[in-house]
Amino acid sequence: MKSIYGCIRGLLLAACCVTLAWAQSSTEEAIAEYRAMFGDENPAELWQIRGEELWTTPRGPKNVALAGCDLGLGAGIVTGAYAQLPRWFEDTQRVQDLESRLVSCLTDLQGLDEAELLKSRFGDGAKKSDLEALTAYIVAASRGHTMSVSIAHPAAQAAYDLGHGVFYYRAGPHDFSCATCHGESGKRIRLQVLPKLLDPVGARYAYTSWPGYRVSQGELRTMEWRLQDCFRQQRLPQLRYGSEVAIGLTMFLAKNAEGGIMTAPNITR
Amino acid sequence: MRNMNLRKLPFLALVLGVLLHFEVVADGMRDTVVAAMEASFEAKKQATMDRLDQDETQTLCTQHAAGILPSAVAERIMTLNRATIRPPPDGQYLGDWKGGELIAQTGTGFQSSDDPTKPAGGNCYACHELSGSEIAFGTIGPSLRYYGKVRGTSPTTLAAAWAKLYNSNAHMPCSNMPRFGHRGILTDQQLKDLMALLFDPASPVNQ
Repeated sequence: MKSIYGCIRGLLLAACCVTLAWAQSSTEEAIAEYRAMFGDENPAELWQIRGEELWTTPRGPKNVALAGCDLGLGAGIVTGAYAQLPRWFEDTQRVQDLESRLVSCLTDLQGLDEAELLKSRFGDGAKKSDLEALTAYIVAASRGHTMSVSIAHPAAQAAYDLGHGVFYYRAGPHDFSCATCHGESGKRIRLQVLPKLLDPVGARYAYTSWPGYRVSQGELRTMEWRLQDCFRQQRLPQLRYGSEVAIGLTMFLAKNAEGGIMTAPNITR
Repeated sequence: MRNMNLRKLPFLALVLGVLLHFEVVADGMRDTVVAAMEASFEAKKQATMDRLDQDETQTLCTQHAAGILPSAVAERIMTLNRATIRPPPDGQYLGDWKGGELIAQTGTGFQSSDDPTKPAGGNCYACHELSGSEIAFGTIGPSLRYYGKVRGTSPTTLAAAWAKLYNSNAHMPCSNMPRFGHRGILTDQQLKDLMALLFDPASPVNQ
């Protein structure tokens, strides 16, 4: 009799475990299913194609293409460039991430207006962002490349250290920092799995899959967008595009993701 | 014996020097981070720049986030935060669990994208398991399933739960949980409704 009860209890427990495991993975599964529906098609490709056009077509007051834009591997070279960013650039005397580097190229080489560019830094429905399209094109050209970012230059090391410091900075009405959600592995917010961004495993998982086509928004979003949205949820003011903190945090994450294989642009929730 | 101590003196000076050096380096990094934060953000709607300013608790928790919290610092943080706790003025701890469930489910409030005229939520489910029917719960905090059923409703138990909701840092320094009462995120009535969600026998938390 006892053993029958034990058996039933065991079965119930197993059923509970299965239910819980299902609940934990259902969001991930739904996204995987959604991805499968596209087959080899990824909506991010629309941004990539537009980005390639923007890269190769002469534009702006100076009417030049971006063949002269050096993303770190030499003028005009896009293949593998994103896997080595952010980095120190001699010409601007700054550590730059891809997005801030693109702003430099578009303003210096093509003569476009920075304020105008930044007004449409994030696309919104019919109003598409050139910076998001260019980012998608360049990131896609690093698919399969291994993350390898240099902090040998003192300014690159300083950017990494700043990112590390900012990661723990608690502020706002809710006392949140990046570490509140991303300081431990195996945790979730609701059903969303939270990678520990201090460890290679979590940092690679997060960094190599961004930018992404955001299903919930129907837009392709870049790392600059991802970071400013984290700070919005932290209840802090607006993170400025290409700012010291944006680049420092990106450097911190990119360096922690060292050795990861780039898969972005991905499809995200 | 006296000679021994004298011989140890350079070593002690070295240790002290190294410790002081680390303090100075840590302070220098803090200044760098604060300056970079000020330069890298701009006010947006209700999310004004003063939100970057840290109170003493936030400063200490940031300073020690990467290491172990020294016991004197932990003591200081708990003392500071214990002093802020205000029990409900009418002595009634328990409100309406249905209101509490809504507050626990609501994640908006205080973001630049939120309507500041609407009451903020507590977003409890983001981190805690509460009622059995809500399977989309997070795991940053412990499960609160059967909270009242397990603990009962003695005055001490109610006061302790109120203190936790009001100011989480009073008994757990640098907790991940917001200080809902002290920081004005939730009103006394909202806190009472959450208390009812935790303790009312009819609440889904205890079913």
